[in-house]
Amino acid sequence: MHPNDVILQTVTKVLAFIIVIFSFYVFLAGHHNPGGGFIGALTTACAFLLVSVSFDIETVKKMIPVDFKTIMAVGLLIAVISGVLPFFFGENFLWQTFDYFDLPLLGNTELATALVFDIGVYLVVIAVVLAVIFTIGEEQ
Amino acid sequence: MCVFTALHWATISPLLLAIIIPFIYKYVRQIHTGWFVLILPVILFIYFIQFLPTVSNGDIISNSVPWVPSLGIHFNVYVDGLSLLFALLITGIGSLVVLYSIFYLSKIKEQLHKFYVYLLLFMGAMLGVVLSDNLIVLYTFWELTSLASALLISYWYTRKKSRDGAQKSMLITVFGGFSMLAGIIMLSIITDTFSIREMIAQADIIASSELFIPAMLFILLGAFTKSAQFPFHIWLPDAMEAPTPVSAYLHSATMVKAGIYLVARFTPIFGGAAEWFWIISTFGIVTLLWGSLSAVRQKDLKGILAFSTISQLGLIMTLLGLGSATLYFTDGQNVEIYLAAIVTAVFHLINHATFKGSLFMSAGIIDHETGTRDIRKLGGLMTIMPITFTMSLIGLAAMAGLPPFNGFLSKEMFFTSVLHATEFGIFNMETFGMLFPVIAWIASIFTFLYCAVMFFQTFTGKFEPSNFKKVVHEAPAGLLISPLVLASLVVIFGFFPNILSKSIIEPAVVSIAPMLADSAYLDVDIYMWHGFNTELMMTIGVVVLGTILFLLMNKWVKLSIYKKERDPFNRVYDGLLAGVSTGGRKLTDSYMKDNFRQYLIYIYSFIVLFLGYMMIHLDVIALFPEVYAPIAFHEVTLVVIMIAGAITVAVAKTRLTSLAALGSLGFAIAIFFVLFRAPDLALTQLVIETVSTLLFLLCFYHLPLFKETIDSKSSQIVNGIVATGIGVLVTVLAISAHNNRYFDSLVDFFVDASYEQAGGNNMVNVILVDFRGFDTLFEIAVLGIAAIGIYAMIKGSIKEEEL
Repeated sequence: MHPNDVILQTVTKVLAFIIVIFSFYVFLAGHHNPGGGFIGALTTACAFLLVSVSFDIETVKKMIPVDFKTIMAVGLLIAVISGVLPFFFGENFLWQTFDYFDLPLLGNTELATALVFDIGVYLVVIAVVLAVIFTIGEEQ
Repeated sequence: MCVFTALHWATISPLLLAIIIPFIYKYVRQIHTGWFVLILPVILFIYFIQFLPTVSNGDIISNSVPWVPSLGIHFNVYVDGLSLLFALLITGIGSLVVLYSIFYLSKIKEQLHKFYVYLLLFMGAMLGVVLSDNLIVLYTFWELTSLASALLISYWYTRKKSRDGAQKSMLITVFGGFSMLAGIIMLSIITDTFSIREMIAQADIIASSELFIPAMLFILLGAFTKSAQFPFHIWLPDAMEAPTPVSAYLHSATMVKAGIYLVARFTPIFGGAAEWFWIISTFGIVTLLWGSLSAVRQKDLKGILAFSTISQLGLIMTLLGLGSATLYFTDGQNVEIYLAAIVTAVFHLINHATFKGSLFMSAGIIDHETGTRDIRKLGGLMTIMPITFTMSLIGLAAMAGLPPFNGFLSKEMFFTSVLHATEFGIFNMETFGMLFPVIAWIASIFTFLYCAVMFFQTFTGKFEPSNFKKVVHEAPAGLLISPLVLASLVVIFGFFPNILSKSIIEPAVVSIAPMLADSAYLDVDIYMWHGFNTELMMTIGVVVLGTILFLLMNKWVKLSIYKKERDPFNRVYDGLLAGVSTGGRKLTDSYMKDNFRQYLIYIYSFIVLFLGYMMIHLDVIALFPEVYAPIAFHEVTLVVIMIAGAITVAVAKTRLTSLAALGSLGFAIAIFFVLFRAPDLALTQLVIETVSTLLFLLCFYHLPLFKETIDSKSSQIVNGIVATGIGVLVTVLAISAHNNRYFDSLVDFFVDASYEQAGGNNMVNVILVDFRGFDTLFEIAVLGIAAIGIYAMIKGSIKEEEL
């Protein structure tokens, strides 16, 4: 903890949420607008970086009580599974489809299987960036 | 038919027995392993004997088993006169050598299983060489003989000389073997077959091919290295470090004759060409002279025998060379004189195997019973070792060419052949032909001389017990059997040479000169007594001059040339070996400098030169196209900023400046992405640039202070040239590629399909996760690997004490 960085820490508390929400938006919007798993993940990682700069790495670790390496593995697994699943429908590896559904609250919404793959990308990229920076940072 | 015949089994049976020998050695310790080995060559010898009637009728036994049929490689075994002659030599002398080795090698002290495995390996390989019709199979067995020979030479592998000898023989024979392979491949290119018989059938096509001379030279190189012809003979004296049974078997009777076999086998294909005639005759006669001159200088019994083997092989080679003229004149004119050369070659081949085998074994007995082979220490053994003395006397007399032994006959016939050489009337023989009898005669004098030296130094004179570590006595009976058999063969063949002529020499000659099969000239008849002719006078001259030289030995032993035992050509070999290893190291050291910059310069220089050359060569440089997109002012501004940033990176004095400039470059690129309407790229570029700059900062935090290394002027110039080269190359390449666009882009497909088929408006993302999701999958895998790598490097470093 850096006790004197009051302004920074207060701003961070507000800003981190905005960044995370923005990153979610970028992530989900990727199918139709600029964005997607990669950029979304980098932006989310930046939010955690901001927290770790204002507070310290320990705080971030408390916020995400899972090992980054596990997240990385889970992300890769999701991406691979999303590729393998089409096999059960007699399709090729990484075959994608989409359709429109009437969801409560959201109305007529397009859901694409590509999103599952993108979730994998998203998790891997977050975990990689944070793992790299924290591994190097902790060595200090 | 895909069935192994008895002949196939016979060929590979030594290899099969070699597998079993170690087990026998392990479980039957009380009996000498050699007894189990002995059975096989004896059976094989009897088996091959039964082909004699068939083969002497002019019939050929041939069986084929496909091995790699798609490549035309078949395990063809094939028995004609020549094959049978060699097969009988291999198995016959093989049996005697195994018998001899049983008494020669100690059951307790030696690792017998190794010895017999190598020996059987050799025997099988040698049988394969002489019985194969397919050249690739022949080559396979050929290399196996080299390998087995090297293993046998280095049998006492704890001695450095053994290892060096094995290395030398291996290097030289394998060098020849490879060149032979090249020759074989050339022949198969011409004839489209690997079968020797089919090649012989196409001899006319081969003779008219432009590959004729190269193929011939390559194959001859193989034959000359194996048969220890000048100047490749240097491995043979060093191979004398092998146990004596090995020297007797490999390095006198069988392996060194593989080259002779090859030359004889290829005579129907190449014979008749002037090049073949001259190369073989010349190398043979030079080897003959050189071997006999060098043998005189040796002080070691086996050394003398090694050089004498070289010399005798040269003799046989000369005869084969002269005899190859038979194929030039097939119309009957003077055929008998060329044919006589081939007959003599085959006859002397048999004779040499008998007397040289017995001489080696006698030398081994002397070594075994006295503990030394040095002729300066030996002396007066005549009464102590009477049987060895007798055998040596017979062998040496035969080698020197004295009556009534078989060596006399072959020497007389040899003289006849070389004397007739002037009468050939072909290949300019009338001018140079005179040299052959002269050289042959001189060589014979020296042959007589070293035989005399070997005999008198070993067996006569005064016996000095102080020279020997052991109590000297005659060898046990078992050790004497084999040389006795060979020595009696020397006498038998001397008195009754015609028992060989019809049964084996004639079919062998037919194999070498097949067109004479039904010819009236082919009537091998060898007489002891030719009448008073030039040959006899030459022999008398040899004896007289040889005796004079021997009596004058006290005078010329003081000459410095006599004292040097080692062949001068060894210096060439040693120099080459040392030169290759030091030269190779120097060459590697000259460019492998463990300097990363140096390697980058090599890589970039290669790229610039190669790619630049290809671009000029293919004429693809196109710098001034018709259509460029219009260049806007803000684009120019941005480029100027980037150039400034790039220059700053290069010339900055501190790391931080460089880093900041690098960051500015990254952001400028992001702006370019914006300008060129790539929002996803721009976003990613911005974030990645930020994160990587952060990482750079983290790293720089730990680095020691920036030390400016000042390169030397020349290396700065080189770096500058290479960097400019790369820059210019990439620029020219990019512009040219842009201007040489031959096909429309795929982009239209993605524009249409991204919404209709994948349901997304963001085409970039649809490509990334849908159309080409496969790439993305592995890119995130790459990221994961990088992260784990960084983690492992930082956290997983092994502490000093853990090592």
